Amino acid sequence: MRSSKSGRRSAALTALATVSMLFAAGCSAGSLGSSEEGAGGEAGAVTITFLHGSTDTDVASAKAIIEAFHAANPNITVKDDSRPGGSDGDNLVKTRLSTGEMAEVFVYNNGSLLQAIKPEQNLVPMDDQPWVSTLDKTFVDSTKAADGKLYGGPWGTMQGGGVLYHIPTYKKLGLEIPQTWDEFMKNNEEIKKAGIDPVIQSYGETWTSQLFVLGDYHNVEAQVPDFAAQYTAGKMKYANTPAALEGFKHIQQVQEAGYFNKNYRSAELNDGIKMVAEGKGVHYPQLGGVTANIENVAPGKSNDVGFFPLPGNDPATFGLTVWPGAGLYIPKTVEGDKLDAAKKFVEFMTTQPGCDALAKGSPPTGPFLTSNCKLPSDVSQAAKDTQSYIESGKASPALEFKSPIKGPALEQICIQVGTRQVSGEKGAALYDEDVKKQAQQLGLPGWE
Amino acid sequence: MASTLGTTTTPPIAPVAPEGTTTRGRRAGPYPYWFYIPAAAIYTVLFLVPTISGWYYSFTRWDLFSSTWIGLKNYQTFFAEQALVIGLRNTLIYATMTSSLKVVIGMLLAVLLTAKIVARGYLRSVIFFPVLVSTIGVGMTFTVLMDPEKGLINKALGVIGITGPDWLVNPKIAIFSIGLVDVWQGVGLATVIFIAGIVSIPSDYYEAAEVDGATRFYSFLHITLPLARPAIATVITLSLIGGLRSFDLIWAMTGGGPGFASDTIGSVIYKQYQAGFYGLSTAGSVVLFLLVSAIIVPLTWWLNRHEVDR
Repeated sequence: MRSSKSGRRSAALTALATVSMLFAAGCSAGSLGSSEEGAGGEAGAVTITFLHGSTDTDVASAKAIIEAFHAANPNITVKDDSRPGGSDGDNLVKTRLSTGEMAEVFVYNNGSLLQAIKPEQNLVPMDDQPWVSTLDKTFVDSTKAADGKLYGGPWGTMQGGGVLYHIPTYKKLGLEIPQTWDEFMKNNEEIKKAGIDPVIQSYGETWTSQLFVLGDYHNVEAQVPDFAAQYTAGKMKYANTPAALEGFKHIQQVQEAGYFNKNYRSAELNDGIKMVAEGKGVHYPQLGGVTANIENVAPGKSNDVGFFPLPGNDPATFGLTVWPGAGLYIPKTVEGDKLDAAKKFVEFMTTQPGCDALAKGSPPTGPFLTSNCKLPSDVSQAAKDTQSYIESGKASPALEFKSPIKGPALEQICIQVGTRQVSGEKGAALYDEDVKKQAQQLGLPGWE
Repeated sequence: MASTLGTTTTPPIAPVAPEGTTTRGRRAGPYPYWFYIPAAAIYTVLFLVPTISGWYYSFTRWDLFSSTWIGLKNYQTFFAEQALVIGLRNTLIYATMTSSLKVVIGMLLAVLLTAKIVARGYLRSVIFFPVLVSTIGVGMTFTVLMDPEKGLINKALGVIGITGPDWLVNPKIAIFSIGLVDVWQGVGLATVIFIAGIVSIPSDYYEAAEVDGATRFYSFLHITLPLARPAIATVITLSLIGGLRSFDLIWAMTGGGPGFASDTIGSVIYKQYQAGFYGLSTAGSVVLFLLVSAIIVPLTWWLNRHEVDR
């Protein structure tokens, strides 16, 4: 019945489709004219734009960084710009790159999402920069393109994907950090007996559902060391590799045991953080990075939340799945003075003043990506836990940093399993189908 | 809306001039044909070109940088998707449900609001008001209201001792919950169209029926309903098209979830576009276009077939 409204929407979509198709039909990005702002007044003065994420912590960090950078480089003016996260952000980045409208410096994921924006075609390589040797190896590996060149500078800190837990409850019930999945389920049983929700899920914010699968990758690789390569080649699948299937099965087990919080279908990320920080739930499988927000939703509780990896079957290989930060990139369309200024900005983020400014806006959730930067002394408990696993070598990067393919519907499929619409096995099979589309879109061999 | 209505009646092109008239065909209308050029140019650029290039791109795998011809593979993949099977079913359920509820409730409201009742003008505005509100705003508001634990609706039901359903988070009923909100928002437009249809029926018929001793109900059944037929046809067509293309409300309320339980074809296409599967989502749009045409064209013909001899 909303015909007039839908009509307008479809007209807008049509126009959008025309525009994108015209671009796809062969205009090279450079021919569209660069966005030169007539700021060439004073000699030596350059203006560049810095595009970053739009969460509260991102914005606060960017402000602090720009301020510190201006103090160190009075000739360069940095304009502040933010973009949405998730798939909307992905589309915005792709569109701006293909139309030559991208900011001079921008923050974006490394790993599989970086491959999707075709770094070889669109970004400036950074192998020749002086700071490259100070970088963390997992970061370098996940910020390289297929041609072996490094395309980004470091942004943010590392974070783990594992289980946030409520330390006071663990002390009260006399529980130990579980080294295997069975121990984890036993702990859950104890917690349930004590009348507390053992496992928190927050399907109201769909992306939060994926950690059982994504955070289990360290365990997959411990059992099948070449899984990433075989998986990229289309030879191994989640459904027919028992080690990889575990993650999906775990969701089903926890659900069937009745360990989820009552409102798991409608709760959102901040509800989950609040629950684990206040002890209303005890385990929250999540990215360690979300602990940066504890002070906002449950002030004073930062040190009540600890962090441990998702346990597998073998206590000997117990370890953490790691997300090695994000990258800071310069598009190929940037030239001359602006390119120099942009490179200076990227370099600034490999120095202690840059890292300190970043930490001012978003509390670190793990070690920095360059050996030039040291963590402040007052980091949260979860960040300390993360760092200890990384320093003792009990950590490996998530699958999305070892393989260019990650299916877009994993979050919905995890929710299907978690709400008993399908079994864990069926979920894994559905995810394999989803991944196939991504592999075909990227034109990988072995997937037709 | 006028443009949508235009498609259901005869196209605004003059009839072909009978044989023997001048070759210029001026008798068809007072204006020369080249007056159509500006409109035709805009229509071609904004509608025909994208439609035809859309058909072409649905046979390719493309990203913003390049495209490869892959034949029918996109269609194969699209029809093999689990979300599509759910989406297709949901689309049909949603379209039928919202459209029939709008017709029934809209007609009842229209009869009520054409009767001589107190505050009629005010009530008409109240019924129409939700149509003016942004769909996304409506969706976000109702998502909060329908929260099973904290939402106002279930709290209110709790006060009178009813345990409310878990509206949007239960995969089995999510699509119906969204449908109810759609009806709440869209029934005002149906009512207005019905009111226009009923008001245009000459009062002589009712007076004559009254003289013959017909009851109110009998008058409604045998005078109002048949003579409001064009209005009913319009409402069915518009609401069915709207339901088949439904996307914005669903996206604002559940994003197609939980899992894929409330996906419709529209949301499946959008998610594929978001994921960067541009070829696949273009193929999906072509499928949606064909589906809507396959349902609406025969339906429109059937609903309008008696219009001439009325």
